[in-house]
Amino acid sequence: MTWLSQNLHIVWGLLADHLLLSVPPILLSLVISVPLGRLAAGSRRWRTPLLTGTGLLYAIPSLPLFIIIPAITGFALRSPATIITALTLYGCALLVRGAADAFASVPEDVRLAAEATGHSRWASFWRVELPLAGPVLLSSLRVVVVSTVSLVTVGAVIGTASLGTLFTDGFQRGIEASILTGIVLTVVVAVVLDALCVLAGRAAMPWRRTVSA
Amino acid sequence: MIEFDAVRKEYPGGTVAVAGFSLRVPSHSVVALVGSSGSGKTTLLRMVNRMVEPTSGAVRIDDVDVRSLDPVGLRRSIGYVLQAGGLLPHRTVADNVATVPVLAGRSRREARADALGLLERVGLDPALADRYPAQLSGGQQQRVGVARALAADPDILLMDEPFGAVDPIVREQLQAELRALQAELGKTILFVTHDVDEAFALADEVVVLRAGAEIAQRGTPTEILAAPADDFVAAFVGAGTARRTLRIRELDGRRVVVDGDDRPTGVLEADAREGAP
Ligand SMILES: Nc1ncnc2c1ncn2[C@@H]1O[C@H](COP(=O)(O)OP(=O)(O)OP(=O)(O)O)[C@@H](O)[C@H]1O
Ligand SMILES: [Mg+2]
Repeated sequence: MTWLSQNLHIVWGLLADHLLLSVPPILLSLVISVPLGRLAAGSRRWRTPLLTGTGLLYAIPSLPLFIIIPAITGFALRSPATIITALTLYGCALLVRGAADAFASVPEDVRLAAEATGHSRWASFWRVELPLAGPVLLSSLRVVVVSTVSLVTVGAVIGTASLGTLFTDGFQRGIEASILTGIVLTVVVAVVLDALCVLAGRAAMPWRRTVSA
Repeated sequence: MIEFDAVRKEYPGGTVAVAGFSLRVPSHSVVALVGSSGSGKTTLLRMVNRMVEPTSGAVRIDDVDVRSLDPVGLRRSIGYVLQAGGLLPHRTVADNVATVPVLAGRSRREARADALGLLERVGLDPALADRYPAQLSGGQQQRVGVARALAADPDILLMDEPFGAVDPIVREQLQAELRALQAELGKTILFVTHDVDEAFALADEVVVLRAGAEIAQRGTPTEILAAPADDFVAAFVGAGTARRTLRIRELDGRRVVVDGDDRPTGVLEADAREGAP
């Protein structure tokens, strides 16, 4: 506890860094995966290449990816951009399939009802398909949130500051309190972001409460 | 007026759903398409609002080929009642009813206000407005489906087995209500069912379909019941069954109509012609 009170400002700073590295890839992978997932769900031709292609991304180990990305994009090795790009790729690896499953879960008769009542394709997507894909999409998103928050810590190995820095530093200098703080806070961040997703989902999908509650 | 002019529909994969079909649905009348499952009824209905494009032939509404119309606008101008209501599960009852006016640009508040009136019109308590479809009974969902189809005050209603998913008592009630509504509104209604009694109960003209939407017979319910064109139609309408062969039995000067099993179905009243001197 004394270690923590003496290093509180450092811990706060690392917590902020951690959030700044976690939230953008989560949002980016959502924005990228929803249209790709819709495409995969709606087109037999695109389905296999999209799902296989993005699924394979997950097979790339994270440390090599942190090194390949700067080589391809020209970002600095330790820059947030490198971590954000890598984690967005991992997020998409999970979410494209999740989004494809989510759109496939929209009942065909509801899709037809939307068409019959004069929804344009655009209106059908925003007003009918996306909301009804919501529950399945949300459950994939929650997996991405938790995995992204934990993967951010790996960046500490290449020297990008985050809560992971508390473990790498703690190990090197033999400070148990630092290691413990890093672990606990990483879990807390994951749990809080996950809870926010659940709350946002409840607010955005009020009909669910009447059905499944 | 809706006119099918030699339409044919062959789905990818080779199923010929409609082999060649022509029919005129006069304005303000109710025409029922009856036929067994897979006879092409839904396919015909969807040709009217361009959810299905005919492989050949044309569908015209008031002499305008529907192919020349924007499909989205066309669909908003036609009421469509889907089997089992076809409601949007994530929208409240009022928002479901308001769907088409809102898509067409009306404010959500005004459209919801109008929706309350429509709910009453189809026999629903406006207090249901804020429920979700899953919180309604099957019969209530069907009524919401009808209210939604009426919301933009279309001239044409397409109804695809709208009362297929409810029990027989609610079904008869809904049929009676639809008849009353139609007496007031005078829409042009193309109605699909595989229940011949429902067709007889609602339609001015009944079209009996064989596979491939081939017309086996068309006529008023009375004409079809009086003279089925062939064995297929006779079997379809149940001609010759106990239910359809009625006889009169006299009892204390009253004439009771009984069916083939001697079960009473009603009392025969002297009609005006007979009663006149
Ligand atoms: N999208 C489609 N692709 C391929 N075949 C189809 C498609 N829609 C319908 N069919 C086929 O066309 C035929 C007619 O189908 P349709 O849905 O019009 O029949 P229906 O008379 O409405 O039947 P039901 O009473 O079961 O609703 C059937 O053999 C059906 O399998
Ligand atoms: Mg059908």
